[in-house]
Amino acid sequence: MDWLIPEEWQAVALSLKVSFWAVLASLPLGILCAYALARWRFPGRQVLNGLVHLPLILPPVVTGYLLLLGFGRRGLIGAPLAEWFGIVFAFRWTGAALAAAVMAFPLMVRTIRLSIEAVDPKLEQAASTLGARPASVFATVTLPLILPGIIAGSIIAFAKAMGEFGATITFVSNIPGQTQTLPTAIYSQLQIPGGEAQAARLVAISLAVALGALLASEWAGRAVARRISGA
Amino acid sequence: MSLSVQMRHRFQGFALDVDFEAGPGVTALFGRSGAGKTTVVNAVAGLLRPDQGRIALAGRALLDTRRGIDLPPPARRIGYVFQDARLFPHLSVRGNLDYGRRFAPREARPDKAGVTEIIDLLGIGALLDRRPGALSGGERQRVALGRAILSGPRLLLMDEPLAALDEARKAEILPYLERLRDGLGLPILYVSHALPEITRLANTVVLLEHGRVTAAGPAAQVLSDPASGPALGRETGALLEAVVAAQESDGLARLDTPAGPIWVARPDLATGARVRLRIVAQDVMLATEVPRHISALNVLTGIIDSMDTEADGSVLVRLRLGAEAAILSRITGRSRAALQLEVGMPVQAVLKSVSIVEVAPG
Repeated sequence: MDWLIPEEWQAVALSLKVSFWAVLASLPLGILCAYALARWRFPGRQVLNGLVHLPLILPPVVTGYLLLLGFGRRGLIGAPLAEWFGIVFAFRWTGAALAAAVMAFPLMVRTIRLSIEAVDPKLEQAASTLGARPASVFATVTLPLILPGIIAGSIIAFAKAMGEFGATITFVSNIPGQTQTLPTAIYSQLQIPGGEAQAARLVAISLAVALGALLASEWAGRAVARRISGA
Repeated sequence: MSLSVQMRHRFQGFALDVDFEAGPGVTALFGRSGAGKTTVVNAVAGLLRPDQGRIALAGRALLDTRRGIDLPPPARRIGYVFQDARLFPHLSVRGNLDYGRRFAPREARPDKAGVTEIIDLLGIGALLDRRPGALSGGERQRVALGRAILSGPRLLLMDEPLAALDEARKAEILPYLERLRDGLGLPILYVSHALPEITRLANTVVLLEHGRVTAAGPAAQVLSDPASGPALGRETGALLEAVVAAQESDGLARLDTPAGPIWVARPDLATGARVRLRIVAQDVMLATEVPRHISALNVLTGIIDSMDTEADGSVLVRLRLGAEAAILSRITGRSRAALQLEVGMPVQAVLKSVSIVEVAPG
């Protein structure tokens, strides 16, 4: 492939890696949050709901700054993580993944939550009368029925992660080969006189990823409906 | 194995306070919609926790609010057949049937032969690879039955399993339910507001009205008790157990009943077969003398046991026939006055129609 220069390839590959890990690592927590919001009544439920949705409403630069405060080298959580586990987020690709995961989290939880709400709790009751304990009910009834919703949520979160800009650049900056993702690479190109042509190719890739993700999640959404109607 | 239920539960504008025992065979929980039947069954299954109560199966407490016992549904091992089947849409019929079996304790888990037997009994062998969405209502209900039975339960709950079906589908499932009742030896708590199902299936009837038990006991006794009249409405009537004594040459079958011989035009009944008869109170006329020159075949002599005036002005008369049988007759207040009926008076009961609700081989 000679239509992308190595740095651009690097940015695309890094974006894919960052988004993949962002989705994979946040998925269990996403399913748990979605389930808790859909099914449990507990004090602080609205607070949790607000927290999950916060990144959707906050300016991304604020989210990025808060991440820097929390997960930076001297951050509240970042410092002990680095000291005890050697996990560092600041100015690393892992930090980009964290920023992408946080920004994509609301979309993931919303999509999965909708699919959980579409599952009739009466089916779960029926499973419990047949001898299944709560964990088995979840694994054998709820999970298979919401699987298409989980896939849809993951796809939409992946697409969001591919496009994350503000929080990423604030939290981990824009270092080629380290933290320069597709959107930050486009931004860099646009800062250089005559960089429009290169930027255009990256824009085309962004468009293709976004469109593909939308189509795929639509398809998964229809699969949810089919599964639940049982035809 | 018997179930004992004592519970009190209060929800907005409604108070439930019931106490009853359910022995072997089919115990019907009968009452109008809103009488609290489903609440009781859900409490037995563990899907609802009543405010106060004790529910025990074969002496073991499933719920005892005073002692802080409340077993979760999977620990109760009670099969539940819901009105809406609730089959798992992502599993095939086979997957649904296997579901409960997977969780059954080893000693209660049906073996291969047992599974085949249930599948044959319910006639669902041809459906095993289908998805629930591709089944008819009657088929779905049969699969739900099979799924509940194969989970190796100690008690089967059925909450209006036929209510969502049309008459033809009901007629399709009732024989399977009879076979289950007679073949499995599993106690069944059957909820319904349809009298025909109850008269056909129930050994014991528990009558529920506005959250209270108004009558409980053997089906024939409860259904022919005038006190049950208001709850049963226009369908009130007696239930008699009979044996086909002979087929006579003109196509009539003579039945021996505790109330005396009764003839029905059923040439298909085999001599010796046991049948259940239903005589609806509306279809019984009373006369103070032996009527002559009438077309009715069955005229029985009885003694007036009780008379109750119903809310609509009609009078429900209970007649004692022989030592242990009783039938009900519904007459107007005017007829009661015209015939000067009194408790203890002998009268003639003219049966306009007798229906046979169930036939069992002798």
